[in-house]
Amino acid sequence: MEFFIQQLINAFSLGSMYALIAIGYTMVYGVLRLINFAHGDFMMVGAFLVYLFIALLNLNFFVAVGFSIVLTALIGVLSYKVAYKPLLDKDAPKISLLITAIGISFFLESLFNLLSNQLVGENTLAFMAPSFFSNRIEIGGVGFSVLNAIVPVLTLLILGGVLFILYKTKIGIAIRALAFDISTVKLMGIDSNKIIAFVFALGASLAAVGGILYAIAYPSISPYMGLMIGLKAFAAAVVGGIGSVTGAVIGGFILGIVEILIPGFFPSLGGYKDAFAFILLIFVLLFKPTGIMGIDFEKKRF
Amino acid sequence: MSAKKYFSLIALITVLYVAFLFLTNASLDFYTITVLSNIYIFVILAVSYNLINGVTGQFSLEPNGFVAIGAYVTALLILTPGEKLDAFTLAKPLDFIAAIHIGNPYLVLVISGVVSSLVALTLAFPVFRVRGDYLAIVTLGFGLIIRFILINNPQISNGSSGISGIDDFANYIMVGVVALITVILVYNIVYSKFGRAMKAVRDDEDAALAMGVDTMKIKTLAFVSSAFFEGMAGGLLASSIGSISPDQFSFMLTFQLLVIIVLGGLGSISGSIIATFLVMGGMEILRVLDDRNFEFLGLHGVPGLRMVVFSVLLIVIMIFARRGLLGDKEIWELKK
Amino acid sequence: MIELKNVTMKFGGVVAINNLSFKVSLGETFGLIGPNGAGKTTVFNIITGHYKPTNGKVFFKNEDITGKSPDYIVKLGIARTFQNIRLFGSMSVLENVLIGFHNHMDYSFFEALFRFPKFFKEEERFKKEALLILKILGLEKKANYKATSLSYGEQRKVEIARALATSPSLLLLDEPAAGMNPKESDELANILDIIKKEFDLTILLIEHDMKFVQKVCNRVLVLDYGKTIFEGKPSDMLKDEKVIKAYLGDFDVES
Repeated sequence: MEFFIQQLINAFSLGSMYALIAIGYTMVYGVLRLINFAHGDFMMVGAFLVYLFIALLNLNFFVAVGFSIVLTALIGVLSYKVAYKPLLDKDAPKISLLITAIGISFFLESLFNLLSNQLVGENTLAFMAPSFFSNRIEIGGVGFSVLNAIVPVLTLLILGGVLFILYKTKIGIAIRALAFDISTVKLMGIDSNKIIAFVFALGASLAAVGGILYAIAYPSISPYMGLMIGLKAFAAAVVGGIGSVTGAVIGGFILGIVEILIPGFFPSLGGYKDAFAFILLIFVLLFKPTGIMGIDFEKKRF
Repeated sequence: MSAKKYFSLIALITVLYVAFLFLTNASLDFYTITVLSNIYIFVILAVSYNLINGVTGQFSLEPNGFVAIGAYVTALLILTPGEKLDAFTLAKPLDFIAAIHIGNPYLVLVISGVVSSLVALTLAFPVFRVRGDYLAIVTLGFGLIIRFILINNPQISNGSSGISGIDDFANYIMVGVVALITVILVYNIVYSKFGRAMKAVRDDEDAALAMGVDTMKIKTLAFVSSAFFEGMAGGLLASSIGSISPDQFSFMLTFQLLVIIVLGGLGSISGSIIATFLVMGGMEILRVLDDRNFEFLGLHGVPGLRMVVFSVLLIVIMIFARRGLLGDKEIWELKK
Repeated sequence: MIELKNVTMKFGGVVAINNLSFKVSLGETFGLIGPNGAGKTTVFNIITGHYKPTNGKVFFKNEDITGKSPDYIVKLGIARTFQNIRLFGSMSVLENVLIGFHNHMDYSFFEALFRFPKFFKEEERFKKEALLILKILGLEKKANYKATSLSYGEQRKVEIARALATSPSLLLLDEPAAGMNPKESDELANILDIIKKEFDLTILLIEHDMKFVQKVCNRVLVLDYGKTIFEGKPSDMLKDEKVIKAYLGDFDVES
């Protein structure tokens, strides 16, 4: 029983990290109908920046985290302004946007590969987090790390924060309106540009948080880690229902549970845990493409 | 064009091209021949990748996955049981894997293509049923999963050590000929009712549906056809390099092909061919960027710089010249 | 030929079409009239299978086609054009029409792949048929032009040619005379007359141009907010009080 609860806590912890990244994916898809492939790489950027700030500038961990989140958010906005906006303004076909997203993704991976090699000498680095994160707490016979205790709580708080923004603030209403019908919003004189930039900034900073937490839990970081994790986060977003922020979090938790509990109870399947996300994705596409929170974006108006 | 005109043209091109192959084979040095051989294989890959991405307009990231499948199927079929027992260093191969052997390289290549196609067929069903951009993410994941399976199942693939000692049946002439055949076959697809339907799906899927085109079937057809040629190319790669390992089939391969077909012009067969030469040649030249000894205007080469430049190149092309060199036209249609 | 029975279409809370019923007889030209937003294109989309109605049924030649897939309905013999012209931009006029022939060209993928004689035969045959259709519409000289390079009126005709290639028995035209000057719309009226006879068609069209409607339609149905407010002869429509009220100033009539 303790084992089960222990694994459940680990699952929620991992699931939270996926959830944080998935939120950004789902919000950008909601406003732009675009799968931003580069989004997974924002989590890598977040983790790497913390490492570089500490290793090269000797900053305090939490200061480094703060700077990293802000800088990653800026990179997110920059990627929108430099690459996506010009194409959107030209009414370019969707495939151009997707290809550009791949370009940005690859650019970030190559850039950090280069920076890492140049500044540190190798590209797979050992992330250094303050040791108190790995301190263990014990409650009622169940032991878990401080990190695993904090992460799910933090994620739910962040989810609450995002939902508050979406439903109780002016900009949140604008975001939801954009997601519903972008052309009408533009006609109403709202600057869709600023709103979309905000969505990118928010999504990227959440991904950075997710990436940093992930790096604390699994301290080996590489420039290409965003690819696999981003894919899993996207699968989580689809499972939960693409376009829904709550769905992204639910999907993240489900994925975390699947990845931790299945190998926990069937150790021989442990080698396949990376494939679960992919299998879940195919499953959802086969049986309920709109996911758990089920928003159907495809009703085309002729 | 009429049957007579078509076959005369094919015959002429074939004769000239084969003559060119033999001439170059006899006169060029080994290094150049190797580079050209590799370029021909990438022409096969580019032209097939263009079929799903460019002609049908469905954004997919599939090549590295199907190339890997084709390469491993070829390796496992062409090696004799004895050779396989030697080649598998990390684990003993499964019995049927060790036992299976087909000596005819052409048959092996076709089987590699067919296996890739079958896998493509199973992927196509869940993906094309749903409207939306899921093809890209699913194929991206597919590539990752294939690599993952290859690394974690040494009893079928020898894990990360890979398989070496593969017969080099893929010599320069053979690769050149297979490239020609592929280009002709892809041309035949594009310039038929199927190709027109693919373009219709690309231009306006709902209008295509309204004209009676079974859009799901057409997308599946394009995807499965691409997979076939990519699988075959994988087999050629396995044979020409002689050894294969999971790392050779990473996302970088797909990314390179993406740059090629975008540069050439999405939907243009001749564009893809020209762009393959440009990009592969360019990558060779750009190799210097990774060399610390290289110096230009006071700046040094840095390992990893080449890929950064490459990705910036793709972004720049997409923003400023997304129709690439030829747009969706062929080189013989340029006056339109 | 085609019958709608008690069709209602709701989008979320909005009732686009409210309990609509009508019949179109074989060989008629039937007009669907109404102010913008009255639900006319929605009716088309329901008939062609792009939307499934919330309630009600659609019958085509006595077969229930409610909610069937668009490509099935095309194979049954219903073809359409679009309000905002949707030609295939990368292809020529001829290639656009050939798409209409897609299901009629009888060669398999392998016959195309390896260029069997059947391929050349079918391609040649349907190229000729496509040119014939284009000739009837006066466009055969522009067959190899890029479809979107033609004038607006010509592009409309290409759309009609493409729809005709699917061998329909019922043709749905969504505002075919839109953007045309009186000379062009007269020409279109003549063409509709010709193709009706040549291809044995029943036509259901949406229009705003009242002169055009008077000229070509046998009967009309006027929609307002998704409900029928008049059904009958075009000449009677203009005198109907309800129609005039709904439309006050909304259509161009040479009175």
